[in-house]
Amino acid sequence: MNKFLTAACAAFIGVASQASALDVVIHYIHQEVEQLPTLSNLDPIPDDLGAQGAQLALEDNTTTGRFLGQNYSLDITIVPVGGDFNQAVSEALTKTDLIVLDAPADHIIGAADLEKSSAALLFNVSAPDIALRSEDCRANLLHTFPSRPMQTDALMQFFVKRRWSDIALIEGTQPEDQAYAAAVLASARKFGMSIDARKTWAFDADMRRNAAQEVPLFTQDLGDYDVLVVADEANDFARYIPFNTWHPRPVAGADGLTAKAWDRVVEQWGAAQLQSRFEEQSGRAMLPRDYAAWAAVRSIGEAVTRTQAGDAQSLRDFLLSDQFELAGFKGRPLTYRSWNGQLRQPITLAHRGALVASAPLEGFLHQRSELDTLGLDKPESACSQFD
Amino acid sequence: MKKLSVLAALLLSTTATADEIWVTNEKDDTISVIDLETLEVTRTLETGERPRGITFSKDYSVVYICASDSDAVQVMDPNTGEILHDLPSGEDPEQFVLHPDDRHLYIANEDDAITTVVDTQSRTVVAQIDVGIEPEGMAVSPDGKIAITTSETTNMAHWIDTETQKLFANTLVDSRPRHAEFVKDGSELWVSSEIGGTITVFDVATQAEKAKIEFKVKGVHPDRVQPVGFELTQGDTHAFVALGPANHLAVVNADTYEVEDYILVGRRVWHMDFNADRSKLFTTNGVSGDVTMVDVASRKAEKTIKVGRFPWGAAFRPTN
Repeated sequence: MNKFLTAACAAFIGVASQASALDVVIHYIHQEVEQLPTLSNLDPIPDDLGAQGAQLALEDNTTTGRFLGQNYSLDITIVPVGGDFNQAVSEALTKTDLIVLDAPADHIIGAADLEKSSAALLFNVSAPDIALRSEDCRANLLHTFPSRPMQTDALMQFFVKRRWSDIALIEGTQPEDQAYAAAVLASARKFGMSIDARKTWAFDADMRRNAAQEVPLFTQDLGDYDVLVVADEANDFARYIPFNTWHPRPVAGADGLTAKAWDRVVEQWGAAQLQSRFEEQSGRAMLPRDYAAWAAVRSIGEAVTRTQAGDAQSLRDFLLSDQFELAGFKGRPLTYRSWNGQLRQPITLAHRGALVASAPLEGFLHQRSELDTLGLDKPESACSQFD
Repeated sequence: MKKLSVLAALLLSTTATADEIWVTNEKDDTISVIDLETLEVTRTLETGERPRGITFSKDYSVVYICASDSDAVQVMDPNTGEILHDLPSGEDPEQFVLHPDDRHLYIANEDDAITTVVDTQSRTVVAQIDVGIEPEGMAVSPDGKIAITTSETTNMAHWIDTETQKLFANTLVDSRPRHAEFVKDGSELWVSSEIGGTITVFDVATQAEKAKIEFKVKGVHPDRVQPVGFELTQGDTHAFVALGPANHLAVVNADTYEVEDYILVGRRVWHMDFNADRSKLFTTNGVSGDVTMVDVASRKAEKTIKVGRFPWGAAFRPTN
């Protein structure tokens, strides 16, 4: 195999030499955060979450680049808890102006506001915060990770389709859970649904022992409803809710029916190939953050391929233009919203065993793109940095 | 009695002489054989895992099947449905094309970014050629001198010199190229791009882009109009193009590159093949699990034939 590869590479050089070589350096910076202790450790968070997606996209870009005389490289920096994230970004900016950020929202804003960042192109591959796509948006910052409203709009479209109009909500106490619950409420309003019953989960009992006793009682006074949404981003307690509710009703949100950028159950639209390449490389299933990092690095690659340029300004212009489209294994071309830099993308609705649907669902129309029925549409976003 | 047996023999031979369309069912690991007289599935043959590409040898004595998840190209006796042997194919063969010499198969190895050239007689790998990520569309020029591989994630058509088995050109196309065909005696190469929503037409002599065919189906968002498989009518005057989740075929005038008609078929239409005189076209509809028969002259869908789950490839088999 290796022998053959060398021979093949030699053949490429002949082909590629027509174009002058272009070196594209991408820097991936991950800020480690304290993980909340969760009741179950069945789904540990991989150490290489996100980075593996970027690595796979690098391989994809490199293969294309070989035919066009473009060389890609990926540097990865991991900033430990309490480390100086801005310092790491500043250092990376001395080597490249193409930066992929895997960090909480406040770190991302800090990085985008660095003086040296103003001429750079940054990608947010981890933070779902709505503010980053609205009042806290930055002109030099694009988002490949879907916002919370994109995820909750996807759920709501499914509920509308199934006529599950009475929604109950249980929310955790973490700020992320509160943000998710707020997104659920806003999405319900957007699609004309009502949330009549809400409760906060504030127990600290170990649900592996007594979920069957606690959850029926806890959900009894929610009254009757069609579907129960659980806002629990770390999936601390949500996994113990299905089948234990007082009324036998479906569960969605953090467990049961989930709405995500990516899931291992996605296999249509050529996704089976992406999944198998990812698994072969990393030895695990591709997760939403891996997908977002993959999409960011592939976006850069696609823009370089089409423009033959490697500077942040040219690439940003192209990514936000009508000409850009990314084949993202989701059945539609992916593009960036020109008003806030969010990557338009279908959202996967799935349970642990299979794909349920892919949003936008049929019948949700939009004058621009059906994908804009998910998340902040132009009039809803307070972002003015892209004008 | 003697007379009767002659009659019976005659009857038998007429039933045996109906032409057939062979359809690979990606999720059933089977082939559905459609009898073109009764328009019914008369045989269901077992294959390796995830059968996709399918093609007959020139004399129709064997049929080659890409069993993607079995990592093999299988060789089947079309009369008995028996798998005769496997060919070494490289990993995850998705689609292939038989060289005009009737001997060499050019196989796209989707997971490996490789095109494998296999000698079907000696059953050996003649060459492996590094191409872009997720190679799929395969074509060979009528004179046999050029083979094409298109790569879905690299978005290129790779031009292979079949004498040296080396790449001599790589041309960019729109996103997710799926299918390639040499058209008009090999003077043009057409490549469909699923996500780009176009067919790029190349001048073969110069490998330069000559035209781009675009599609617009009324009531279907442009994002859902995704050209995949296509076939040319007699004399290469028109192309029938499968538009995937748009659930339509486009009829393209091959001289003006304009779309003349759209025909509603089944859901997620993939690939197709004609009958003997090219008067009827049979499309595989991946999601609805059926095959649509289209009348070429009137451009109307005439019949739907249920096959297995996720039908993908289609190949015509004459029997007389």
